[in-house]
Amino acid sequence: MSVMNASNKSKRRVDWVSLLLRALVYAAAAATTLSALGMIGFILVKGVPHITAPLFAWRYTSDNVSLTPALINTALMTALALAIAAPLGILSAVYLAEYARRGNRLVKVIRMASETLAGVPSIVFGLFGFLFFVIALKWGLSMLAGGFTLAIMILPLIMRTAEEAMLAVPDLYREGSFGLGAGRLRTVFRIVLPAASPGILAGIILSIGRVIGESAALILTAGTAAKSSASLMKSGRTMAVHMYALSNEGLHIDETYATAVVLIVLVALINALSSWAAKRAEAAMTGGADE
Amino acid sequence: MNIIKTNRTRSLRARSMAEGAMRIVFIAAACACILCVALICAFLLANGVPAIAKIGPLSFLTGTRWKPGQNIYGTAPMIIGSLYVTAGAVAVGVPIGVLTAMYLARFAGRRSYRVISPVVSLMAGIPSVVYGFFGMVALVPIVRAWFGGGKSVLTAALLLGVMILPTVIRVSEAAIRAVPDHYYEGALALGASHERGVFFVVLPAAKSGVMAAVVLGIGRAIGETMAVIMVAGNQALIPHSILDGVRTLTANIALEMGYAADLHREALIGCAVVLFVFILLINLLLSAVQRRRA
Repeated sequence: MSVMNASNKSKRRVDWVSLLLRALVYAAAAATTLSALGMIGFILVKGVPHITAPLFAWRYTSDNVSLTPALINTALMTALALAIAAPLGILSAVYLAEYARRGNRLVKVIRMASETLAGVPSIVFGLFGFLFFVIALKWGLSMLAGGFTLAIMILPLIMRTAEEAMLAVPDLYREGSFGLGAGRLRTVFRIVLPAASPGILAGIILSIGRVIGESAALILTAGTAAKSSASLMKSGRTMAVHMYALSNEGLHIDETYATAVVLIVLVALINALSSWAAKRAEAAMTGGADE
Repeated sequence: MNIIKTNRTRSLRARSMAEGAMRIVFIAAACACILCVALICAFLLANGVPAIAKIGPLSFLTGTRWKPGQNIYGTAPMIIGSLYVTAGAVAVGVPIGVLTAMYLARFAGRRSYRVISPVVSLMAGIPSVVYGFFGMVALVPIVRAWFGGGKSVLTAALLLGVMILPTVIRVSEAAIRAVPDHYYEGALALGASHERGVFFVVLPAAKSGVMAAVVLGIGRAIGETMAVIMVAGNQALIPHSILDGVRTLTANIALEMGYAADLHREALIGCAVVLFVFILLINLLLSAVQRRRA
């Protein structure tokens, strides 16, 4: 028995191609992980020691380069962009998922438009926002112009995720609702939207992440004023723009690292939230399908 | 009986009116994104095309000198710069990204998947200014020490290559997972090793999805602005080697739009038109790839 095994082993040649392929795959996975962790680690190591109280001072001065005003502006900008894009995106998704018939020409045009919008680079959104909101509508460099520009930018993302969430709701739910005498509208608002809400939420959280990370579009539309903006018609910079301004000046490198740390922590939080919501959405749908 | 009936018809009519009204609201909302695309196209074309016509399409697209001070607007350096940087990013990001996707889909154990997958999501979420800053303080000195050209095509390509990784990985991972299991099982049954089965049977079957991932990666790379500005040097000259500085179309717009006026501003919008045309071509390519899959 053992002799047979040994002879089998000696007959079998080592498959170099397989080994090479395996090495390639593992090396690539390692490269991806290391480049990400290397970057994050580098910024954490350089930045965490410089997270100090003055960095969070209420008022920005050119000495403390406080990020609190930028943080407030980021929250404001996110709220503004979502207030416009979320209702619009969810209502369009209702049309696409619940009302539109298959092969409808309007649906094709809508899908083409949202795909085009999803592929447009942020600098082009910025340029458009600058030409339309800032100049044509005479809003000036303002939070409002920035919010509208970002709303257009995140609209396709919200539309797509909301539509997917609604399509994932089992037809049983709708049939049950129709069977009880509810109309289409009531079914949408009472049955489909609540069932799809975790998935819709995951999409909204993803788009919050995009708003937080955006800089190119905002520099052209909301400007780079460092103070917390007193009104929506004033210029104000978000965290990402703040960080770009700091690194561009090059005078406060330590504080720039610290600001980068805060940004990374924000993004990590958003990611954790989003995957939590997505997991809940999945659990809700599979739980429903079992019945 | 009669009263009940009229009440019911009235409520039914009210209901159908509400249904009709909301239907219109839904359709109107869905048309908002058509309106956005139309507005963007209208504003870019209305402002950019006259400028291109005034400068002369040929000298705008092929002129090698960009000197706004002397009213000379040749965008060839920026177009070539964008193409170089994007090609470099694809050369760096696509092989690593597709191989990592294969690892995640077919090689990773449960535990390593749980580590690497969130890392990829985090990479997708990190703002481009953070990438750019990291490139400026870490990558630029390394490239300068090893190769000689700090802010260069090479640095920008490396950084963008890393930045497009999450897009390439996620889309090609989904494509590889979508290949039916019996392809792989058939390969094993014919005596292929796990690696050979994945590379020579599963990957070719996922080809169109992987192509879509590459196209999406190209789109991200060509549209990236802030990170490129921070590491590419931004000289408006055609780079002669990968260690020369470079300015992309996106960087050109972001750097000069703030203070540009008159023809200069319109020439920058013309740059955006060129960029937009690139993006439309990429979208066409993407839908062609996806149609082949269907």
